[in-house]
Amino acid sequence: MGLTKSSVGKNARDDGLRLQYREPDDRVIALAGNPNVGKSTLFNALTGMHQHTGNWPGKTVASAQGYFRTQKHGYILVDVPGTYSLSAHSPEEDVARNFLCFGDPDAVIAVCDATCIERNLHLILQILESGKRLIVCVNLLDEAKRRHIRLDLPLLEKRLGVPVIGVVARKKSTLKKLGECLDNLVDTGAPPTDFSIPYPLAIEEAITVVERALDPKELGGLDARWVALRLLENEPSLLAELTTYLGKDLLQNDLVLQAVTDAVQTLRLAAIDEEALADMIITSVVSHAAELEKNVTLSETAHTSRDRRLDRFLTGRITGYPVMLLFLMLIFFLTVKLSNLPSSWLSALFFGALNRLEAVLISVNVPAWFIGFFVNGMLRVAAWVVSVMLPPMAIFFPLFTLLEDAGYLPRVAYNLDRPFARCHACGKQALTLCMGFGCNAAGVVGCRIIDAPRERLLAILTNSLVPCNGRFPALLSIITVFFVGFASRGNTALLSSLMLSGCIVLSILATLSVTRLLSCTLLRGTPSSFLLEMPPFRRPQVGQILIRSLLDRTLFVLARAVAVAAPAGAVLWLLANLSIGDTTLLAHCASFFDPFARLLGLDGVILLSFILGLPANEIVIPIMVMTYQATGILNEPSSLEELGTLLRANGWTATTAVCVLVFFLFHWPCSTTLLTIKRETGSVKWTAVAALLPTLIGMTLCALVATVSRLL
Amino acid sequence: MANEIFLNELNVGDCAVVCELSNPPHTKKRLQELGMIEGTVVECIGRAPGGELFAYVIRGAVIAIRTSDGSLIRVQPTTEKGE
Repeated sequence: MGLTKSSVGKNARDDGLRLQYREPDDRVIALAGNPNVGKSTLFNALTGMHQHTGNWPGKTVASAQGYFRTQKHGYILVDVPGTYSLSAHSPEEDVARNFLCFGDPDAVIAVCDATCIERNLHLILQILESGKRLIVCVNLLDEAKRRHIRLDLPLLEKRLGVPVIGVVARKKSTLKKLGECLDNLVDTGAPPTDFSIPYPLAIEEAITVVERALDPKELGGLDARWVALRLLENEPSLLAELTTYLGKDLLQNDLVLQAVTDAVQTLRLAAIDEEALADMIITSVVSHAAELEKNVTLSETAHTSRDRRLDRFLTGRITGYPVMLLFLMLIFFLTVKLSNLPSSWLSALFFGALNRLEAVLISVNVPAWFIGFFVNGMLRVAAWVVSVMLPPMAIFFPLFTLLEDAGYLPRVAYNLDRPFARCHACGKQALTLCMGFGCNAAGVVGCRIIDAPRERLLAILTNSLVPCNGRFPALLSIITVFFVGFASRGNTALLSSLMLSGCIVLSILATLSVTRLLSCTLLRGTPSSFLLEMPPFRRPQVGQILIRSLLDRTLFVLARAVAVAAPAGAVLWLLANLSIGDTTLLAHCASFFDPFARLLGLDGVILLSFILGLPANEIVIPIMVMTYQATGILNEPSSLEELGTLLRANGWTATTAVCVLVFFLFHWPCSTTLLTIKRETGSVKWTAVAALLPTLIGMTLCALVATVSRLL
Repeated sequence: MANEIFLNELNVGDCAVVCELSNPPHTKKRLQELGMIEGTVVECIGRAPGGELFAYVIRGAVIAIRTSDGSLIRVQPTTEKGE
């Protein structure tokens, strides 16, 4: 889900990374590696920041930066999105390639997974070839040990000619050596190693021809052999970046152009065209990596039988879907079951405190309007949001993270691929959909992991069809109040979680149908290829998950909600207390929307609350409650029972509740999500489509429900 | 060779040696970067519900490939395990 400051906060808005120096001689270190090798964990361990980690490919969607000090230097650490190679395919790999090749880092730390060293070596060889100063950091040694994989790191160091350090990023103590090594590398000012990958003779000769024509002084510190190879390879997007970096097109130089033309000519004569050249280059790198791996791996049993058994169960043809549903229900069941009690404690605590505060303020003669505006407006709404939202989030997030950390999400994508393929979409859309459960804005940013622009757009447009965490508590309250009741206490949680799971299934079905609809109308096309890595299962870091998901996700989301809710509460108080004629502004607005809302099975107040709730879905219910109470004061809805009484007194029926549920699932995305969509698509038109789509679906479904229930 | 088949025709549990990738350049490069070049031994270890997606062990990592992509990869079945 990746809901962190860096993915939805202001950093995410900033594609062109601006390095934040603390001292002028701070060094810049790029942290690179394959997806899902524990880069973010290492980043956190080094910088102490809370970059959210998860066991699935494509976590870091924008470069994040952090700072750490060793005894000698200050370092700016840039966490580059995970990538398999330096040839970019998707927008996030673009970010990685450009920073590694043209971002002028003082050194690169390449993180690799000890359990899968061979594939990781591909990227490492490419980075070495580009002539960067490199430290290879072999991570997950503990996992390797568990799988009985033994690596000869000193030999790898000797063969690569750069420092190789084994670490367990989850254990901070193993990182000391990395710091020392960095200091050493930076201080000695040692030139990058003269490592090179051996290519077939014909290519080597072509490289030499071009390399000779290049003036090393004109290359801005880039490695001449590397540049020569790239010129021969003739990959347009890389050459464009190269031109931007150098400030001039190398091929404008007649000498260089002549050399490249000659070399290409010679290659053609040897029957090596552009495609064959690309093939041979990549084959050489892969073979070199394979050969290295064979030497440094002392013993291995890669994909263990335990993993296979688990996979057979979790992604089996018969068991796959039921297990998925079971997990979903289990998460909701625990969330519902465990959050009721703390919710009522919090609300008793807050509202008790607010009542006392009000009494004190009255006793010292604070003006009534101030008390109304400040205490009854801002603070009460904020208190409501905290007491209703905090407990479910504090339970839901860690549970979800647990599954994520263990590596279950790629299996979900694997299971759900068939339906998505049917809808002409990318299977990775299942991953961004899961991110949407946390926060739709994060889900939209996450769509960068999808390569094909058409499929990416599909994923972005449909992301807000799944309910985010801001909507869960609201769905839950309404379900509890209207459909589960309070009589049969034993089964309440089970029944609520069943219904909530039903809502989720409905939203997933809607996602699929809309995707299908779009891909045969607005976004026509056939699905492009799709490769999905299924990382090995890892033992989740329970302690870290608890702390991190509490600090990062829960508090962050909560802070955002409160920041929006408090001013909204103030505005509401004003609307409820300023009158034109006999009625308040709030009542005027509500009655304005009423006729239309009735068609949808709602009422004016509900629709108004949704409209005022644009900044955050969390505040829709509080607004509703305030408006109904008409006093402009949010009374303590100490229990859901009281909420139910209030809603029923205002004419809610089961039909109303169903319509509100549906409308909660499908209406316009919150303003943060809309802004994110605008930024990601760069188009007002698609943003409008993203807003209209769910709204139209919601309205249609609501109207349908209302009409049917009227007829019955 | 006579007994060459396409990757998507492998049964779960079977191994094969990669002979040729005729995928579009973009996909081909991806596959190559994951270590799938001529001579690489792959093992089919699973089939997703719905059956359009298969999981393969390629150089120690598990990669899922759609049938439509696998049908462009020529392989030769083998009894020898990859690693």
